[in-house]
Amino acid sequence: MATPGDQPVASWLSTQRLSAVLAKEFIQMRRDRVTFAMMLGVPLMQLILFGYAINNDPRGLPAALVDNSRDHYSRAVVAAMETSGYYRFVEIAATAAAAEDLLARGGVAFVVTIPSDFGKRVDRNQHPQLLVEADASDPAASSNAIGALNNIVTRALARQRSSHVVPDSSELEIVVHRRYNPEGISQYNIVPGLLGVILQMTMVMMTSMALTRESERGTMENLLAMPATPTEIMLGKILPYLVVGAVQVVVVLGAARLLFSVPFLGSLTLLLTGVLIFVLSLVMLGYAISTVARTQMQAMQLTFFFFLPSLLLSGFMFPYRGMPAWAQVLGEFFPLTHFLRVIRALMLKGSHWHTIHGEMWVLVAFVIAFTGLALVRFRNTLD
Amino acid sequence: MSAIDVKGLTKCYGGKPVVDRVSLRVDEGEIVGFLGPNGSGKTTTIRMICGLLTPDAGSGTVLGHDVIRDSLRIKTQVGYMTQRFSFYEDLTIAENLTFVARLYRLHPVASEVDRTLNALGLAPRRDQLAGTLSGGWKQRLALAACIMHAPKLLLLDEPTAGVDPKARRDFWDEIHHLAADGLTVLVSTHYMDEAERCHRIGYISNGKMIATGTVDQVVRDSGLSTFVVRGQNLERIAESLAKLPGIEQVAPFGNSLHVVGTDQTALNKAMASLEAESGIRVSPGETSLEDVFIKFMSASNNKNSVVENQSPKDTGNRNGNTGGPARG
Ligand SMILES: Nc1ncnc2c1ncn2[C@@H]1O[C@H](COP(=O)(O)OP(=O)(O)OP(=O)(O)O)[C@@H](O)[C@H]1O
Ligand SMILES: [Mg+2]
Repeated sequence: MATPGDQPVASWLSTQRLSAVLAKEFIQMRRDRVTFAMMLGVPLMQLILFGYAINNDPRGLPAALVDNSRDHYSRAVVAAMETSGYYRFVEIAATAAAAEDLLARGGVAFVVTIPSDFGKRVDRNQHPQLLVEADASDPAASSNAIGALNNIVTRALARQRSSHVVPDSSELEIVVHRRYNPEGISQYNIVPGLLGVILQMTMVMMTSMALTRESERGTMENLLAMPATPTEIMLGKILPYLVVGAVQVVVVLGAARLLFSVPFLGSLTLLLTGVLIFVLSLVMLGYAISTVARTQMQAMQLTFFFFLPSLLLSGFMFPYRGMPAWAQVLGEFFPLTHFLRVIRALMLKGSHWHTIHGEMWVLVAFVIAFTGLALVRFRNTLD
Repeated sequence: MSAIDVKGLTKCYGGKPVVDRVSLRVDEGEIVGFLGPNGSGKTTTIRMICGLLTPDAGSGTVLGHDVIRDSLRIKTQVGYMTQRFSFYEDLTIAENLTFVARLYRLHPVASEVDRTLNALGLAPRRDQLAGTLSGGWKQRLALAACIMHAPKLLLLDEPTAGVDPKARRDFWDEIHHLAADGLTVLVSTHYMDEAERCHRIGYISNGKMIATGTVDQVVRDSGLSTFVVRGQNLERIAESLAKLPGIEQVAPFGNSLHVVGTDQTALNKAMASLEAESGIRVSPGETSLEDVFIKFMSASNNKNSVVENQSPKDTGNRNGNTGGPARG
């Protein structure tokens, strides 16, 4: 038998055979539109998104002011802090208790307290004091702002005093309280967050294959021909992953305690409730993805399409408060964002139900929305 | 009450009807064969009947339930065997059957599974992964799974493709046995001998049901006559015969030729002149179902410019070498 193209069959590289494989791969790549779109659109989108959103020198951090002095010095200090760009006072007439609550809730990153004798001490060069309480549950977020503080306030006071012709010899003392994580140990922030990230990774990825695996292997036709309702199929496919999630929770929380000595101040029941709702929202999201995707490959891509921004915009890798407002709004659409707030509040701040219930309800809303989407998208036929 | 009574079922893909106003009635306890060339719409029709596809038009009842609205009720009483193996390859035979038994809420699960395993001779392989079964054994597993819940209606889509003759015989004996107890069967097949084992057949072509009835009726209605030619040099004779008017099919069967045509007088004339040659014997023969189907296929090919993919699947006949459709 003659071989086509006069090439020896045994040659290790035949251009003809190579081009056959190449051509086939290109055709298949072109047919899979979703993959194609992902390859072109996603990198661009993510570059723009993250290039603008991520900021390692977070500015405009929300702060509350407890001003017991109320004179031109305190006004000057506040004005200078705002001008520096690091601080944005969202509450300027807070009582100490209200400010404390805001800090616990995560509404502000700083509480700046100006003592009543502040102005007197400045005038008399008696070591004026300024108290700054920082939410150090995310040490990276507040460190630059705190670092710059001494400079900002000293200059502001110097300007004030020069108009009063007072000699410039006083020593300003800024008392910084790093709340919730006094030593600024970054593991305290990262390890609880990791629980959320690990759960999200496995839960969404696994459940996103739930239906696509059936249709790709051809078993969907049989499954649909038998009397199983959409709800039964859905529950049957997601409940096993709740068990997987439970195991992960035990492992990660145990390791957080044993290896990293992460404090655990809040209620365990609340934490487990939060984890359960979070995991439910994740498996429902994964299942919703599997009703949309046509192949396992697409399901995987959609999962990553979701995964990366949630990692970057949720406050896990970069301080949430340091992102521009539009990125923060975007961040609100990821269950991880809300879960991070819940778990950090519970583990590091020892928060109670009344401070975190808002975030919990948002997570519940995610569960309902994803379930609705999945049930609407689920096709009971092969059409 | 008929088990299947559907009218005007239509399904379009890309604007083209692949099933075109198909009506079908199957009485209880009847075995109906569903035949037609590849891509003619058999699988699509069966899927609409069991609620897996929503018809674009048409209505009817299956086991007394509305075929459009009551699909969950239909599903509990129908056994559907897919053309392509669609059980879980990473589960064993027994695990697959257990899954099915639970979906149909059979009680007690374990003994139902054992009974089915024994009935279909699957017991020795109960712990083998379905993915490692040979083709024929996969078919048996699929059949076992779809009769386990004692359905009232079986929809079988080419259930015996790739199954050995003995297993095929057993399978059909089992089907007749079940039908005697009142089970209704709609079975698609490309095998002529299987068509002949059905009470009635329906022939679909290009999405249209073009013939229904018993095998004898379908053969008679086709208006075909057949002669058997024996003698020397049959290949040469076949070639020249195929060109003659009135002769639609010439097919070699071992040492003889089957000559088929619709036009009785033209056929008789051609045979008379052939008989005059020395060493040739012509005798009237019986028109087979296969001859009828080949006529249907070439007729639909001539009518529509659509190129149907008629790769000559083994028709399961004695010789299986009828080749493609003979030109008329
Ligand atoms: N999902 C689909 N999208 C587009 N066309 C389809 C789809 N499913 C089936 N078809 C077309 O519908 C026609 C009928 O297909 P069907 O599978 O019903 O044929 P069949 O009679 O079962 O053939 P076979 O004997 O080869 O099994 C074919 O032309 C096929 O290409
Ligand atoms: Mg088919």
